[in-house]
Amino acid sequence: MVPLSWYLVLSAILFCLGVFGFLLKRNIITIFMSIELMLNAVNLSFIAFANYWNAHAGQKLASGREIVGLSGHVFVFFVMVVAAAEAAVGLAIIIAVFRTRETLNVDRVNLLKL
Amino acid sequence: MVHQVLFIIFGLICVAGAVNLLVQRHPINSALSLVVVMASLALIYLLLGAEFVAAIQVIVYAGAIMVLFVFVIMLLNAGSEERSSGSRMALLIGVPGVLVLGCLIGWIMINNNKQLGGVSIAATDFGETHPIARLLFRDFLLPFEITSILILIAIMGAVVLGKREG
Amino acid sequence: MDIKTFIIVAVIKIVLVVFIMLTGVAYTTLLERKLVARIQNRWGPTRVGPFGLLQPLADGVKFILKEDLVPDNVHKFLYILSPMLALAMSLIAFAIIPFGDSVTVRGMTIPLQITGWGGASGNSDINIGLLIILGATSIGVYGIALAGWSSNSKYSLLGSLRASAQMISYELALGLSLVGILLLSGSMSLREIVKQQSNTWMIGGFNTHLPHWYIFPQFIAFFIYLMAAYAETNRIPFDLPEAETELVAGYHTEYSSMKFAMFFMAEYLNMFTVGCLATLLFFGGWHGPALPFLPPLLQAILPLLYFAAKVLFFIFVYIWVRGTLPRFRYDQLMAFGWKFLLPLAIANIIVTSFIVAWRA
Repeated sequence: MVPLSWYLVLSAILFCLGVFGFLLKRNIITIFMSIELMLNAVNLSFIAFANYWNAHAGQKLASGREIVGLSGHVFVFFVMVVAAAEAAVGLAIIIAVFRTRETLNVDRVNLLKL
Repeated sequence: MVHQVLFIIFGLICVAGAVNLLVQRHPINSALSLVVVMASLALIYLLLGAEFVAAIQVIVYAGAIMVLFVFVIMLLNAGSEERSSGSRMALLIGVPGVLVLGCLIGWIMINNNKQLGGVSIAATDFGETHPIARLLFRDFLLPFEITSILILIAIMGAVVLGKREG
Repeated sequence: MDIKTFIIVAVIKIVLVVFIMLTGVAYTTLLERKLVARIQNRWGPTRVGPFGLLQPLADGVKFILKEDLVPDNVHKFLYILSPMLALAMSLIAFAIIPFGDSVTVRGMTIPLQITGWGGASGNSDINIGLLIILGATSIGVYGIALAGWSSNSKYSLLGSLRASAQMISYELALGLSLVGILLLSGSMSLREIVKQQSNTWMIGGFNTHLPHWYIFPQFIAFFIYLMAAYAETNRIPFDLPEAETELVAGYHTEYSSMKFAMFFMAEYLNMFTVGCLATLLFFGGWHGPALPFLPPLLQAILPLLYFAAKVLFFIFVYIWVRGTLPRFRYDQLMAFGWKFLLPLAIANIIVTSFIVAWRA
């Protein structure tokens, strides 16, 4: 029996590592990959809670509606689809930026800076 | 017992992959570490009984999105990262802020250990494809159709942005 | 069956399957050379052993004894990792494929599938077997993409980009062509799909004596599957990424001896996986007419023989096509995958779902 909080702590650790990557790295593709890492950490927490609600099935919310554990899985499905769409468009933008600025370093893409 | 050992192994692989993503200088190594993180996350989903989501994670995330990342890194021939001074504010406020946030979340979770209960790998039919499909095509039909339009828009946007001028 | 017995039995099964598959791959190279030679009106290898039967042994010795070059400016880690990744992903698919029903040894029923758990209530199978095989194919793209890039050579990079773009395009057609089978059978578990192909087709109470194989309603899906499989395994007519006259061997230009052999083995193992999947999904797996006039030992392994015969038929068609057709140009290849196979697969899904909904 693994306590559910372990899964949630793992999700928190991965999320924090993703934010670190987002703040500290200078390559635009690596920053994008840290965003994907954050999305994966959140997916893990959805699935963990889906398991929790399934184990405590039959509980009702205050409004009287029943909680279905599987909606966590459906939400993760949607998160993956949106992440795929975001990755496609984001990488197309990165390619467009690379074509004009010839660099992948975010500090060099600062032509609007005063 | 077996469950705990498996979780600790896959959790360590996950965290090691994520740390490797931060530590590596060349983006291709970061991309491959992210693939390792996603694969181990798929295995952790299996431990939580989510078999369909685990398969989808491997096929969509590790097998398609990360392939896209690897293609872009290969095509742009991105070299190793150069050291350049980033924003000071991000380091000063960001890193301690994230550490505080992470410790806060971890502390809240561990405090509520008893209410959250445990996970057991009993042979349930939770997370099978049929119930998920039933939810997806009945209760969540509107978000499903909207997401398909979203993907169509993303495809068009990616093609337009990727075209060369003239 | 407890966990310890399961692990021991699984390890024995893994060793057996890997041994049989690798030997099969070695002899498939010989079969290919002989068949293509006969199509081209010449003998194949005939020198080494009777009818050239020891040729794969000689090839294996050659691969091991060749000098193992590592060129200078390659990314060492990825260069060595890519063939291992390609071979590993090709082998992983065999963990899901059921080769037969089950064997009863010392009171334990052992299903003929590496990940099958025998029990009193029959052989339990993985509910998402088909998705796992598609996942293994998806990760196999990495082996090729990284191989070309890490070789630090223009031919390799171009070849690997073309090969991986081709593979991911035809993965869509492959997956969608199998959705028709899923609609008809209602399950993604491979053993369940085979079990539903065991009777004969009944049309309105009249027993046509055709076996209940899914190729009869899904012949379009079978055609799409075959084309997509040829493209996935980079075989003629879709083998532009490794054509010698085009790209100097493409993504495995800079590889020598054992690493090249690993790519080679991965390609042939992919052929076997595709063949096994086609027999399980379209041709009824290990079902066939029971022949009562055979001795009991042969009768016991008759399902395995049927399975092997069907897979060998597929390999034969692969090699036959290789000897006969010219190869596609790259833009023709991509247009065929996206503009013809994908809409056809979607049309097949629509028609199948209408028929399934109308019959229910």
